Amino acid sequence: MTQRITVSREKGIEDKSYKWGFVTDVDTDLAPKGLNEDIVRFISTKKAEPEWLTEWRLKAYRYWTKMEASAGAPKWAKVEHPPIDYQDMYYYAAPRSKDDRPKSLDEVDPEMLLAFEKLGVPLKEREQLAGVAVDAVFDSVSVATTFKETLKKLGIIFCSFSEAVQNHPDLVKKYLGSVVPTTDNFYAALNSAVFSDGSFAYVPPGVRCPVELMTYFRINTEGSGQFERTLIIADKGAYVSYLEGCTAPSRKTTQLHAAVVELIALDDAEIKYSTIQNWFPGTKDGKGGVYNFVTKRGKAAGRNSKISWTQVETGSAITWKYPSVILQGDNSTGEFYSVALANNRQQADTGTKMIHIGKNTKSTIVAKGISAGYGCNTYRGQVKIMPGADNATNSTRCDSLLIGPKCVVNTVPYIEVRNPTARLEHEASTSKVSDDQMFYLQSRGLSSEDAQHMIITGWSREVIKELPFEFAVEANQLLKVSLEGAVA
Amino acid sequence: MTTLTRARTGPFAADYAALKAAAWLTPARERAWERLQEAASPSERRGNERWKYTDVRPLTSVPYRLAHAGALPGLAEVKKIAPWDDAWTTLTFVDGHFAPALSTEPTGRVAAGRLATATASVQSLLEARLAKVQAIDEEYFTLLNTAFLSDGAYVHVPDNAVEERAVHLLFIASPATSPRVAHPRTLVIAGKNSQSKFVESYVSLADSDQHFSNAVTEFFLDDGAQVEHYRILAENEKSHHIGNTRVHHMANSRFNSISFAIGPAIGRNDHHALIDGPGAETNLSGLYMTTNGQHMDNNISVNHEKPHGTSRQYYKGILAGKSRAVFSGIVVVKPGADKTFADQKDLNLLLSPGAEVDTKPSLEIFADDVKCFHGATAGHVDLDTLYYMRSRGIGLEAATQMLIRGFAAEVVERIKLPALARYVEGVTEKMLPEFRLEVPK
Repeated sequence: MTQRITVSREKGIEDKSYKWGFVTDVDTDLAPKGLNEDIVRFISTKKAEPEWLTEWRLKAYRYWTKMEASAGAPKWAKVEHPPIDYQDMYYYAAPRSKDDRPKSLDEVDPEMLLAFEKLGVPLKEREQLAGVAVDAVFDSVSVATTFKETLKKLGIIFCSFSEAVQNHPDLVKKYLGSVVPTTDNFYAALNSAVFSDGSFAYVPPGVRCPVELMTYFRINTEGSGQFERTLIIADKGAYVSYLEGCTAPSRKTTQLHAAVVELIALDDAEIKYSTIQNWFPGTKDGKGGVYNFVTKRGKAAGRNSKISWTQVETGSAITWKYPSVILQGDNSTGEFYSVALANNRQQADTGTKMIHIGKNTKSTIVAKGISAGYGCNTYRGQVKIMPGADNATNSTRCDSLLIGPKCVVNTVPYIEVRNPTARLEHEASTSKVSDDQMFYLQSRGLSSEDAQHMIITGWSREVIKELPFEFAVEANQLLKVSLEGAVA
Repeated sequence: MTTLTRARTGPFAADYAALKAAAWLTPARERAWERLQEAASPSERRGNERWKYTDVRPLTSVPYRLAHAGALPGLAEVKKIAPWDDAWTTLTFVDGHFAPALSTEPTGRVAAGRLATATASVQSLLEARLAKVQAIDEEYFTLLNTAFLSDGAYVHVPDNAVEERAVHLLFIASPATSPRVAHPRTLVIAGKNSQSKFVESYVSLADSDQHFSNAVTEFFLDDGAQVEHYRILAENEKSHHIGNTRVHHMANSRFNSISFAIGPAIGRNDHHALIDGPGAETNLSGLYMTTNGQHMDNNISVNHEKPHGTSRQYYKGILAGKSRAVFSGIVVVKPGADKTFADQKDLNLLLSPGAEVDTKPSLEIFADDVKCFHGATAGHVDLDTLYYMRSRGIGLEAATQMLIRGFAAEVVERIKLPALARYVEGVTEKMLPEFRLEVPK
């Protein structure tokens, strides 16, 4: 998996530090620019969706239009960007080959396969991979799915969202929007109206998914927004671990990414969701880059259920993302482990929400923020204990590291307690890399950069160790590459 | 917005037009009244981060009229409800009006008196500081206070003066038949390397009348000045209280403050410190105890603009009944304020299922060579400890009270003035029976 770090570049913005910036020439099927009811219908028709889904999209679209006309996009986050022109964007881009979907890897567009190879998604090296089934989303339409047969035997459904709509409409209808309703927020409403594709996973009762499900997102078409939709359901007693990686080529213009991820864990079920996000962060002086406005939420609906989010956020010009857990079932558990990095002109406003509803619910938050250059990193979190959540516990630890005199770090936790039997602990610290530690390592012959990397690796270990092994290796490399040249 | 617009143009406007104040206060008043028309409404519920957890509409909807001077209470009566020590220099204001019979003359080098009768030389000294401490004073309630500035207390501690005798600023609300507002105002200038102590207290004579105290206290600490400050908020359970404390720190100055808050239906302790000189230190601690339907909001901000500053916030809350407490602390470290050390802590004890605490200790850091921490906890009394105590024959009530006392002691024990410590302990003891543990079924 580590070969993913060493792919070469082609065109795009000349930015040596972003090694994933290459543009693939694949004929794309574009809907005209702009957003209106017709585009929403066009997307829905293109995907041969049932009536109810078209209506669902339209409802979301109408709500979004209302929001856009009144309050607009939320303004509370500590991120600054020029206004986004939602009419100057493509809302549908799919590889031409979509209609005759490939049955096996051999039928996949070789150029696309090459692109994935550059990304290091080892579709062709399944044997070596052993344990990772890839459902690769290339500009929102799923290209190839591996391990499907193995999974099928266990009754596990893992496919693109469009396939799920066609083949498992009941499941989709039952759960879509049940965690993130269309009216949840501005970007979720937008996504609900125009989402193009995404991943769907369903693990039946009592089944432990033997492989780590993996989706690899990549934004390719210039000026296209990526609006993918992920829905994962772990039925009673099921377990699934899901990995998500994101990359976008270097583009001069900014790209919008507004995804929605919904997780549902029923009684005794567990979902582990890991993300490595390295969308194009923009150039050193803040040109281009991905605007990442994502709504991720899990519902620990059943008794003894568990949902765990782990994220390593090194990319994007703007990250606006709060993977949350609604702890509805009694004895349910929610976890959030995060490392977020903002270098150069990057802005990250990220954190989590833990909403305790059920009795004996437990949540853990470990958030690490690194700010370097002119970066701005904000932890924004909410822990809410509802009146019925007897004996709920929360432990929050958020640490920030400052590298350089121009960076900014904010910590904004909201803690709301309405039950006296709850126990909450929140701790946070902000400091720079310790001079003593640097001196110690450098006196033993390490360069300042290596010393700093070593300290940061140790400092973020608590989060990285939650990642599956291959991801952990990659995450460490990413932190190193993303911080190149940033030494205090 | 609507309730506030009413409040501005309604009773406040008539009272403003009718108010007579000393000429030297007029420019500040007029400016404040003008700005007030533009000020953001504190009762706005949407996107109003500074008032997110405190809905002031119950306050702004009351037709509060300016309180006029009335009959004065006797000293014995005052001593029953307020902290008192004959050794202190006390300046008493009843409903915002100076009460000479309840006040004592300052001794030693400290100059203290009323703003309304300040001599020309004192005026010129105060004018440079009054209502000019910080930009944050563009807030609705501070502007409202300044607009109604007709009297208040001033204290000037000369350079190098070391004053052992505490200055007590006592603000009493006398019994009212209709809702009344007072705008208590205090300005303290602590000269270079001076040392001084202050007690600022707010009490009500009647248990059940409705009044609103909109207080502003400004401290200016010159280089090396050291100030010990206590703020007692013990107004009645129907009252509304907005207390704004502003502290301006010059180099190496130090401000130690303890706030003790019980009482009002809606109370706000809005404390803002500006570290405007290197090496300054501000230590803020507080204890708030709420019961029934009370609402207590601590809004604490420290702005580090210069390097080598230290700030500590240590707040504890005990909540019973259906009360609600808010802590929103923010530390801002501006570019260049390197070597800053900042710590925030808010610890809460919830005793009943109806109580709610909302805490938001936040940090905004624009410099890299800093050490900043914050922490918050909330929870019940420890049931294991309670079980241990009960298994040794201590009744539930006594055991709970012991634990509450212990929790409160960590703040109360920091009070260095014996008379004040006795007062706070007395008040706490008297309240304890109301702070029963309610275990949800």
